[in-house]
Amino acid sequence: MDNIAGQNQGGKIAVNITVIILVLLWLLPTIGLFVSSFRERDQISNSGWWQAPFAVDLNFRARVAADGARQDGDVYVLEGNLFDDPDIAEAFPDGNGAVAAFGTRAVAPDEFTPGTSTELRRGGTLTVQEDGSFRLESADPIERGPTIYLAAETPPKFTLLNYDTVLNANGMDRAFINTLTVTIPATIIPILIAAFAAYALAWMDFPGRGVLIAAVVGLLVVPLQLALVPLLSLHTSIGIGQSFLGIWLAHTGFGLPLAVYLLRNYMVGLPRDIIEGAKVDGATDFQIFTKIILPLSFPALASFAIFQFLWTWNDLLVAKVFLPSGAESQVMTVKIADDLLGSRGGDWGILATAAFVSIAVPLIVFFTMQRYLVRGLLAGSVK
Amino acid sequence: MSPVLQGLLTIIIGVGGCVGYFYASNIILDKVIFPAKGPQAGQNINRANRVRPWLFLFPAMFALGLYLVYPVVGSFYRSLFNRAGDDFIGLANYANLFAESAFRTAVFNNLLWVLVVPAMATFLGLLVAQLTDRLAWGNIAKSLIFMPMAISFVGASLIWKFVYSANPDIGIINSIRDSMGLDPLDPLQIPFWNNFFLMFILVWIQTGFAMVILSAALRGIPEETIEAAIIDGANPLQVFFQIKVPQIMGTIVVVWTTITILVLKVFDIVYTMTGGNFDTEILPSYMMSFMFRDDGRATAVAFVIMVMVLPVMIWNIRQARKEMR
Repeated sequence: MDNIAGQNQGGKIAVNITVIILVLLWLLPTIGLFVSSFRERDQISNSGWWQAPFAVDLNFRARVAADGARQDGDVYVLEGNLFDDPDIAEAFPDGNGAVAAFGTRAVAPDEFTPGTSTELRRGGTLTVQEDGSFRLESADPIERGPTIYLAAETPPKFTLLNYDTVLNANGMDRAFINTLTVTIPATIIPILIAAFAAYALAWMDFPGRGVLIAAVVGLLVVPLQLALVPLLSLHTSIGIGQSFLGIWLAHTGFGLPLAVYLLRNYMVGLPRDIIEGAKVDGATDFQIFTKIILPLSFPALASFAIFQFLWTWNDLLVAKVFLPSGAESQVMTVKIADDLLGSRGGDWGILATAAFVSIAVPLIVFFTMQRYLVRGLLAGSVK
Repeated sequence: MSPVLQGLLTIIIGVGGCVGYFYASNIILDKVIFPAKGPQAGQNINRANRVRPWLFLFPAMFALGLYLVYPVVGSFYRSLFNRAGDDFIGLANYANLFAESAFRTAVFNNLLWVLVVPAMATFLGLLVAQLTDRLAWGNIAKSLIFMPMAISFVGASLIWKFVYSANPDIGIINSIRDSMGLDPLDPLQIPFWNNFFLMFILVWIQTGFAMVILSAALRGIPEETIEAAIIDGANPLQVFFQIKVPQIMGTIVVVWTTITILVLKVFDIVYTMTGGNFDTEILPSYMMSFMFRDDGRATAVAFVIMVMVLPVMIWNIRQARKEMR
């Protein structure tokens, strides 16, 4: 077919390159998030995630003690090595740090190149070598050690610290459980209700069937926004209020049109002979449904379950409205959007990690059950 | 009681309740109300069979009615009242909305979203579907482009917050600008165009959906039509635009309308990325700014969204009825 289509070699290469570019454009942002979640705050703010595998220049501050000062002829001298400073030594465990630049003021930590000398404001001349050794000469006795800033190339470093912070200190573990608590009942309960209705709409004959199917198609597109205010006041008036029970009911209601529609489309396609054969043999509708239709409809049930799972797991709107806003019932999306983005707006490592924790489960579900997802999409849309 | 236990209990009660309801209601119908014995056995079986569909349908219809039909009416009714809900003010909420410039901005932006997102997502989806069709690694490419479907709008927003960040050490766009010697800028604060940066996030999510469906449609095109066109000397572009696209036009329209509906519902992206600042408000996020504060206004905005969805809804229903015939 390729050669009939008249595609030459050049065309093939062009197609390959275009697809590679598109795939990269689609993939890179997520990879960026993933890489960032393993980087420390300093690393993130000093170099892009795409530089993560390479060394970066990080800034350090060394407070040098004055007690090593000695008199050398008519000048006072303080000598030492900046990499001996405990905080800095920690970043270079194998002791091979190299000064890329140094400075004496916090606003310009990389003002001078190693090997040069600079006058200190308090008097004296400071020289810092590339290996970190420094020498301060002063005409007056040195009573207070100087504070020296330096930039040094640090090896790439990956850490699980962000995950530790997010899960333990930020309460994301609680939010994860809450999301799970919302998702599972909200996925399971609509399936059975919808399956019975779908069977009736697919295989039972009664007046008004066409109108009901059309109504389900119409309800598929009703914006959820409409439901928020009336249902919340309904829930409040019957005593459910903002609670897990409320959100389970809400998700069940909102998921039903898709469930009924998907399942009916699938059930209509089941072979007529089997069902009519069973009827002739005296099976009741209830038996046909439980013994024949349900097992045969497994692929469609799985498709809907995946849809509903992804939808409820990823939902922000319904959770914001139907769950109380306190930390003990926050789901992950609400936690990220309302809590972390507000209070941790600048802490990219934490944000990346929280986002990754929240999308990990859907991604696993997606990659393991993609087949059902695709089948469901096709059944739901192409008709 | 801990929510986890409560959840388990709800599953048991929910599923058990459903099974119990269907089982018990069928038994009562067949054994008690219309028993299939005695002098009227035949008539009773017929009667029972006329009632049974409604037993099967009842729970779903009840839930749909309560959670989707009632709110349409309930929201409209509520939108006719003031903030506290005790004073009937007619259409004053709507009048106030239309007088407000923020609302007009939201409507304008929403129209932009409705025009741009479905068009771009469908176009890119079609492009990918066609390009990957005969590619050796096409399935892997498709799977990767489909992946954002699984990511929440909030997660996707965060992912793109990194890309758009004004800090050249975090945002890849500004890093590229930086290496070209340009000053960093915040894409989310550029008037008007910031809307497009937000829209692209939804395009990024929805392209996979369009691709999956259009790819299946492309495969369903009869080979003979394509072969005939090639024998007649059509070049690949002509084959694509004049032979393939017209044959899958119906599917393209379905994809387009499905994404349009989604665009009118998604508030998460604007809420997470800009909070509606810098003139990026759209109706769903605008509605949320009134939620819990002024239910009258909130329901009025929601009803405006409903009115925008209505044409698509009617079109969908007509399509569905056509297929059933």
